[in-house]
Amino acid sequence: MKRRYLAACAAAVLAFAPGAYAQVQVGAVEILSGPAAAYGIAIKAGLDLALDTINQKGVLGGQKIVLTVEDSAGNKDQAINAARKLIGRDKVVAIIGPTLSNEMFAVGPVTNERKVPTVGTSTTAAGITDIGPYIFRTSLPESDVVPVTFKKAQSRGVKTIALMYANDDAFSKSGFDVMKESAEKLGLKIVTIETFGSKDTDFSAQLTKIKGLKPDAIGISALVEPVSGVVLQARSLGIGKETLLVGGNGSNSPKLGEIAGAAADGMIVGSPWFIAKPDAKNTAFVEAFRKKFNKDPDQFAAQAFDTMFIVADAINRAGAADTEKVTAALGSTKFDGVMGPFNFTAHRDPGSNEGVVVLEMQAGKFGVAK
Amino acid sequence: MLAQQLVNGVFLGATYALFALGFTLMFGVLRVINLTYGFYFTAGAFLALLLTKSLGWPIAAVLPAAAVLSGVIAVLVDWLLLTRLRRVGAPELASLMVTLGAVLALYAAMTSWLGPDIKRFPPGLISAQAIEIGMVRVTMPQLLILGVTVLLVGGLVALMRLSRLGLAIRAMAERPDVAGLMGIDTGRTAAFVSFVSGSLAGAGGVLIGLNFNAIQPFMGESMMLRGFVVVIVGGLGDIRGAVIAGLLLGIVEVLTAGYVASGLKEAVAFAILVAVLWTRPAGLFGRAAVRRA
Repeated sequence: MKRRYLAACAAAVLAFAPGAYAQVQVGAVEILSGPAAAYGIAIKAGLDLALDTINQKGVLGGQKIVLTVEDSAGNKDQAINAARKLIGRDKVVAIIGPTLSNEMFAVGPVTNERKVPTVGTSTTAAGITDIGPYIFRTSLPESDVVPVTFKKAQSRGVKTIALMYANDDAFSKSGFDVMKESAEKLGLKIVTIETFGSKDTDFSAQLTKIKGLKPDAIGISALVEPVSGVVLQARSLGIGKETLLVGGNGSNSPKLGEIAGAAADGMIVGSPWFIAKPDAKNTAFVEAFRKKFNKDPDQFAAQAFDTMFIVADAINRAGAADTEKVTAALGSTKFDGVMGPFNFTAHRDPGSNEGVVVLEMQAGKFGVAK
Repeated sequence: MLAQQLVNGVFLGATYALFALGFTLMFGVLRVINLTYGFYFTAGAFLALLLTKSLGWPIAAVLPAAAVLSGVIAVLVDWLLLTRLRRVGAPELASLMVTLGAVLALYAAMTSWLGPDIKRFPPGLISAQAIEIGMVRVTMPQLLILGVTVLLVGGLVALMRLSRLGLAIRAMAERPDVAGLMGIDTGRTAAFVSFVSGSLAGAGGVLIGLNFNAIQPFMGESMMLRGFVVVIVGGLGDIRGAVIAGLLLGIVEVLTAGYVASGLKEAVAFAILVAVLWTRPAGLFGRAAVRRA
């Protein structure tokens, strides 16, 4: 009650105050130090770049968004403290982040209880939005990306497929589950399922067996290092270009070309975003990012860039810097960004996978698959 | 397909045998479960990477150079870690823990220095072209591993059986105190054994890194477990035993993955370890209480 009264007072004051003094607080919790800092730094860059544009016009009739980014260092406790600080000290209307799914599972219940809308930009694990009605995410889970890749494979005449995955790693296993489901849905015949350890270096036995079964394609779900090893050994065992190699989320890394080189040529991988995606929004984003930061943006920066716009747009449509209204406005988001058309499902997950690009390795580099 | 799978098994087994050669020597002669061995393996691969990338040396020069340098590192590390423990006659558990701590520290330092991500030799270092013989395909790195392993085993056996130094090493393996009384400089002999086994580890690192294209700081650690199986099943300090056990392990793993289920290959491999030690506690070829170097 008191809060609403204060808000009303604030609004009344603001109506007379020059726009420059009015500000809307938004928080972000990201990994800015430690081994996984690269992700958080990319995300912060994407948010900052979007903010430059947003604050030219401001939100709610000229108010500037002030973004406070707190470092979680990849640590769950530090992430929770950061979120508490943002809510208690900065009185933010929304929180962007945290970076990792694990951190979201720790922070989400806290922010959800405080009824502050929280938007993950890089949290792809299953169950994130089950935390509660204030938890959103803009990152496409793997279950939205893989079916697009498999459809592409089918359109190239793939009817039978062998699946391989690292069976000692939750990420690889959940990617495999999605691959299996997608193959079954599309009516592809799974000729065999082979496993390996994510630290294995020898895959000759599994690949020799697969070679004997002559599938049209091989789907591989693992991190990029073992995937590269599998690809190199497949080629040296004589599995040629007539067998289409299909990668999951883990294969979506320039490391694939660095390690496997030309052996990976022809492999297809789905990605929520791609730097050379030829639409005007994306090229403008890439150019602005390069100009501001002197380096290429990655997927995390692109997702954060869109998310900052989505949050600003929700604040605008909410008509006030009020957490409940912003949450409701987020739910009815209709946005067209660098990742493609975007809206939230009723369960606050991304509602469309139209933006997914299927990439193909060519001469050790990713390009858009034809 | 069976022919290719058997060939896969032989080559995988050869990598295990190559890795285990130096380990069994160190284990059998110096009587120390020296866990830093895996680090010499990693060091060999990284030194070779450095030599090829910065100096552009060919593989024929890189392999011996990296092996010798790894040997020198092994002598230094062993001297630092174990001389004092040997002098005060510390129990085996103490030296085991010292080498465990040291190797973890070395891996971690290396990771923070060079990063955890996988590196590989430049693709042109050795021909990647596979050679087709009937139904079977083999690659140059695989043939190199097999060839070098055969040469090293031959050289090692000759060193042990035919040279005075080999005699000294065998004497030391048998009874270090008596060997000392007979006028053998046990300190120098120990250093020589460290050097040879470190070099073997380094050579293994280069060749296995070349074959699997997966050079990273912890590569030695993941080989260590298989190394243990091979050395123990083959019998401590038994070079021939290590070769046979390595080949066996490789073939069993490949056949399990190829014809039973790929998820079971570790289960089967380690079940064999348990079964062998259960029935023959001194290893497949070992006789109780006899140490053969």
